[in-house]
Amino acid sequence: MSGALLNVSILIAQLMLTTAMALYLFRMLRGPRAQDRVIALDAFYVTGMLLLITLGMRTGSTLYFEATAIIALLGFASSVALGKFLMRGEVIE
Amino acid sequence: MTAAALPLPIAAVISATLLCGAGFALAGAVGAVRLRAFYQRVHAPTLGSSMGMFLILTSSILYFSVTRREPVFHEILIAIFLSLTTPISLMLIVRAALARDRLEGSHDVPPLASGQAAGREPANPREASGDEG
Repeated sequence: MSGALLNVSILIAQLMLTTAMALYLFRMLRGPRAQDRVIALDAFYVTGMLLLITLGMRTGSTLYFEATAIIALLGFASSVALGKFLMRGEVIE
Repeated sequence: MTAAALPLPIAAVISATLLCGAGFALAGAVGAVRLRAFYQRVHAPTLGSSMGMFLILTSSILYFSVTRREPVFHEILIAIFLSLTTPISLMLIVRAALARDRLEGSHDVPPLASGQAAGREPANPREASGDEG
């Protein structure tokens, strides 16, 4: 009973997160300006990370934590680099 | 303990926090698509990266702590890291967007505060908007 409940709710949560990622992807492709795409990419990273956490719950493995941490780290680094690029047109001056 | 052997109340709490977190993330994504101006759209995804992240990590901590019968707190690291870095990256991107809008002479954004630009009128407006971030 509780296994079925968990399975169904994890599945629903994964569907919701996938829909959220699709919406961010739409915003990233649509634009209309560069800063919209950057914000959408940042949120896309975070939502993908949340999806990976639910995948870890589904498989019952803690191996996904490291991948999640790496995604969070790379998402932050790429957002900072893209913000710098938006500001100056160069990442490293 | 496998997932099927969980007590039903604990499974219900885990499911509820997970679904609430995913709902927050989805609401943020809908906001990012539906809101009209960029400075409105900035606010929506933070729902997913604050409350959504906290609730989903809470449900993951509960799930692994109960099934492994020991406290599992790896996710706290991710929560701390994300709640530190999200405001930083958003501030950077929004300041960059503001600088770009001012550079274009858009009338939708406020001009620089009088104290910031007092005493000099730079020939290059890019310099004026760039030196504050």
